[in-house]
Amino acid sequence: MNETTQDTRTSKIEELSNISSQVRRDIVRMVHACQSGHPGASLGCTDFFVALYFHYLKHNSDFNLSGEGEDMFFLSNGHISPVWYSVLARSGYFPLQELATFRKINSRLQGHPATEEGLPGIRIASGSLGQGLSVAVGAAQAKKLHQDPNTVYVLMGDGEQQEGQIWEAAMYAAHYKIDNLIATLDYNGQQIDGPVDEVMSLKNIQAKWKAFGWDVIESNGNDLSNLTAAIELAQSRTRQGKPVINIMSTEMGYGVDFMVGTHKWHGIAPNDQQLADALSQLEETLGDY
Amino acid sequence: MTKYTFSEKQDTRSGFGAGLLELGRTNPKVVALCADLTGSLKMGDFKKEFPDRFFQVGIAEANMMGLAAGMSISGLIPFTGTFANFSTGRVYDQIRQSIAYSEKNVKICASHAGVTLGEDGATHQILEDLGMMRMLPNMTVINPCDFNQTKAATIAIADYHGPVYLRFGRPKVPIFTPEDQKFEVGKAVRFTEGNDVSIFATGHLLWHAIEAEARLADRGISAEVINIHTIKPLDETAILESISKTKCAVTAEEHQLNGGLGDSIAQLLARYQPTPQEMVAVNDQFGESGKPAELMEKYGLSTGDIFDSVLKVIERK
Repeated sequence: MNETTQDTRTSKIEELSNISSQVRRDIVRMVHACQSGHPGASLGCTDFFVALYFHYLKHNSDFNLSGEGEDMFFLSNGHISPVWYSVLARSGYFPLQELATFRKINSRLQGHPATEEGLPGIRIASGSLGQGLSVAVGAAQAKKLHQDPNTVYVLMGDGEQQEGQIWEAAMYAAHYKIDNLIATLDYNGQQIDGPVDEVMSLKNIQAKWKAFGWDVIESNGNDLSNLTAAIELAQSRTRQGKPVINIMSTEMGYGVDFMVGTHKWHGIAPNDQQLADALSQLEETLGDY
Repeated sequence: MTKYTFSEKQDTRSGFGAGLLELGRTNPKVVALCADLTGSLKMGDFKKEFPDRFFQVGIAEANMMGLAAGMSISGLIPFTGTFANFSTGRVYDQIRQSIAYSEKNVKICASHAGVTLGEDGATHQILEDLGMMRMLPNMTVINPCDFNQTKAATIAIADYHGPVYLRFGRPKVPIFTPEDQKFEVGKAVRFTEGNDVSIFATGHLLWHAIEAEARLADRGISAEVINIHTIKPLDETAILESISKTKCAVTAEEHQLNGGLGDSIAQLLARYQPTPQEMVAVNDQFGESGKPAELMEKYGLSTGDIFDSVLKVIERK
C-alpha cells in the first residue's frame, strides 16, 4: 500500500469511526427511551453496519423494495434492530426523529424489523431466528436469474447457528453456487442464557462452514481497519463459485465499558444513571436525534 | 337426477401440475420450488420445460419457505410444492414471519392433504392445515374440488397478489367442473339450487355433496350445493343469501372439525344469522393407513354422512 492509499484508508476509518460513535449513542438512547430492546449485540455490530451502509453497500435511500440494480442487506438476528434503524435513519431512509418511536405504540420501528407499515430499508420481517439466511439466499438466487450483478449481504447471530434452518440454507447455497452472497456471522460468544459455549457450543464453527462448501474468512468486527479489509476481501471472493462467510468476532456491548463482553446486556435497557454513564463514553459526532 | 356427471377421473395434483406448466409458458415471473417430491406434486413437466426456473431444494422445507420469500422480493412469483403436512405444520413459523407477516407473494402449493393420501397413514395425512393457514393474517386459503378447478385455481393465483395456500390431493376423483372455467378467488360457486338445505362443501367433498343431493332429491328434499373453494376470504354474501332461503346448513370437508370450513361458516352464522348446522368433518382424531375410499367411509366423510346430516339438520329447523 502506498502512502496516499494509506492516508485515504486512515481518513475513511476516521470517518466511519465518527459515525459509529453517534450510532452507539442512538442505540443506548433508543433502548433507554422505551426501557426495552437489545443493546448488547447492537453495540457490538455497530462498526459493521456503519462500514456497510456508509461505504460498501451499493444502496439507495430512496427505497425500492425489489432491490433491483443495487446490493441488498438482510438482518437475520432481528433483535439487534436498534443499530439497523439508526444506520438506516442516518443514511436518509427515514427521518431521524422517528428513532424516538422505537418499540412504542403506533411506530414503524417495531421491536423486531417488520414490513407491515412500510418502513423504508426493511424488506422482510425477522426476529424469529434462523430464517434470514434462507431469505438472503433466495434473494441472491433471484438476482442470478435476473442477471443482476449486485451482491446480497446477510448478518446472522452466533446463537442463531443453533437453528437447523441455517444449515439447510448453507447446504442449498453451496449446492447452487450462490456466489453473489456475503454472509456475516456476529461471533460475540454470548446468547440470552449465557456464553454460547455453555448454552450450546458451536465447537469449530469455521470448520462447519468450510465443510458445508463455503469460502470462510475471519475478521475483528470492532477494529475498523481489520473489518474494512475483511469486507473488501469478502467482496473479492464473490463470483468464484462459492458463497462467502465472514466470521466476525465482536464484543457484545462494545463502546460502553460496563456493557462489554457480558450476556447480561443482551436484552435489557439502561436506567437514567447508566444512560448518562454510557453517553459520557460516546462522543456526539453528528448530533443526537 | 343430478345435472352433474363425469366421464373421467383425475387427481387434483395433476390439475396443479397442468396449471403450473401453463403458467410457465405464459408468465415469466413464475418460478417453482420443490422439496424432493417433484413426481408426487406433478411438477416434472414444468421442471423439464423450464429448468432455469425450477429449484430442487431437497428435504428442507423450512429453507424452501425462506427461499421463496426471498425470491419474491425481486418480483418473482414462487410456487412451493410439497405435501400439505410439510407445507404447513412443519414450517408454520417460517410461513408466519417470512411470508404472511411480511406479505410476500408466495404460493404455497400443498398436495396429499387429508385422509385420501391413504396408505402412508396419519403421519402424512394432515387434517389441520386449513385451520392453521386461515388463522394467519394476510393468508388466502383455497381448496379446489377437481382437476379442472385446481388447474384454473393454480393459474388464477399467479395474478392474485399476496400469500396463498393452495390445497389439493392425491387420489383420482371425478372431473365435473368445466375445463374453460374462470376461477375467481373468494367467489363461491353454486352447483344446484335448492330450498330445503344449504350444503357447503370444499375440496374432495364436493363430489360427495353432489351425490348426496341426487339421493336427497329422490326423497323430495331440495338441496342447494355450494362450492366453497376459497375458505379465506369466505364468500359471506353467497353463504348468507343461501341460508336466508334454506334456514339450515351442512358443511363438508376433508379436515378436522376444529378450524376448518365448518368452523368458518359457524362463526359467520353465529354473528349474522344463527342457523342450525351439521358438520361433516373428522372429529378430533388422527387418520390411519387404508385405501382412500375406506378411510373416507370410516372417518365419516362419505356421501351417506352428508345425506344423514341433511336429514338431521332439517329436523332441527
